[in-house]
Amino acid sequence: MADFSILETIKLEHVPESYSVHVAVFRDVENATYLHQQLLARNADFEYALIDAGVITSRLQVLSAAFKAITVQLAGTMKTPNMHSELVYSLSPTNNISESYRRYGITPTSRNLVIVKIIVTPPVPLAAIAAPEAAETTSAAGTKPPLTAQNVEKHLLTHVQGKPVPFTDQTLSDLTDWGRVRKYYKLNGVGWLDGIKDQAAKNSEMDMLVMGGMALRGV
Amino acid sequence: MATDSATHQFPLPAILEYPSSTPPELITQGAEGRLYKSTYLLPSIPCALKYRPPKPWRHPVLDARLTRHRILSEARNLAKCRREGVPVPNVYAVDESAGWLMMEWIAGDPVRVAINEWLQRRRDDERAQGRTGDAVVEGKGEADADLVALLRRIGAAVGRMHKVGIVHGDLTTSNMMLKPWERGKEPANGHNVESDGLLEGEIVIIDFGLASQSTSEEDRAVDLYVLERAFASTHPRAEKLFTAILEDAYREAFKQAPVVLKKLEDVRMRGRKRSMLG
Repeated sequence: MADFSILETIKLEHVPESYSVHVAVFRDVENATYLHQQLLARNADFEYALIDAGVITSRLQVLSAAFKAITVQLAGTMKTPNMHSELVYSLSPTNNISESYRRYGITPTSRNLVIVKIIVTPPVPLAAIAAPEAAETTSAAGTKPPLTAQNVEKHLLTHVQGKPVPFTDQTLSDLTDWGRVRKYYKLNGVGWLDGIKDQAAKNSEMDMLVMGGMALRGV
Repeated sequence: MATDSATHQFPLPAILEYPSSTPPELITQGAEGRLYKSTYLLPSIPCALKYRPPKPWRHPVLDARLTRHRILSEARNLAKCRREGVPVPNVYAVDESAGWLMMEWIAGDPVRVAINEWLQRRRDDERAQGRTGDAVVEGKGEADADLVALLRRIGAAVGRMHKVGIVHGDLTTSNMMLKPWERGKEPANGHNVESDGLLEGEIVIIDFGLASQSTSEEDRAVDLYVLERAFASTHPRAEKLFTAILEDAYREAFKQAPVVLKKLEDVRMRGRKRSMLG
């Protein structure tokens, strides 16, 4: 087994105690097509934020999206079916939901994935806050094992055919496709970035602009 | 200004009621809003949260609309500056309906504090040499090099902000932070390694609560005028020097500076407000 925990559990600042964020990173995933199909089929067992690692620049970007998804869910103003789709949508600087799934979410050709699961304990009655489809899936999931970090990790290891790597800025930056990041977050027109010689400093400036773009989505 | 007893005197915005590793700290209380220091995502990331509480004396619909508008316009102006390379805090998160804006925490002191400390030290030095210590700061010689360099950085930062089409609306030395240099960001020249370091750091402009998008030379001149007046009243001994250096650096950073500086002369004659006639 790996010498790191495959699923990292993070408690975010300023979210209710009952919410916990769990993140895993998989390299060289072989069955992206299968995972993508589970999402399209709305298979409730696969309610994850499945993110294409190419568009991820840092841990903070992922955690920012999780924070936004949680706050939006708490406020009852989600624009997508559940917190996990909302998380993927939160990565986008634009209001186009289907485009955000295509750009930031898993696609059949994705090779590297950042997978996020937000667990709410005790679970909130979903019917009260989400769309009717979500309510159906909970009733269907009534007999499933409880949602715990261990069970999530087990489920991921069973169903994701890839190599788990730790959720660190280092592993994430190895997987970043800066061409896509610059395009999606409209950083190509930002001339002063190219004036920064130190690559690490430049990446951290771009990371900041990415987070700013996410925060300002549609406003 | 915030005191310890002021902390938690007011109800916190809902977002800050949720648990965090360190309790939010009330930094300052303005006419319209409050500024808290807190943390974003992880205990290791400090942030500033600006909260505009509901105003019970306003009609609720109007209140919601005004708050929303002001939070959004501040967030947009900050984001625009950041993208264009003007040194401002990055926006982390916005909830315009709840009335808050979460930003990057800028370390360091406001420029006002740094300049006052520097002037104080200078006065003490002069007195130690048997002089009265109220001499006007001329900006000549080694001793004043740090202040001149700082004023140049202020002028350049304001010039860059105006260049991207933003006017600040409340430009004072309290609304600029002196952020300790980050690795690789110190300027190659004008950087005095042997100084006391009081005036070292990157200028970061903060508080865009009254900022707006404008390219009118009138608005830009008023920005400079407000800064000039604020500076004159907080640091009278360095007033002359300030005007000269600021204008010079502003001119270098911003191509349309000459028109704005011409306008500034008019504004000086009549004050910040335009004529009430017509």
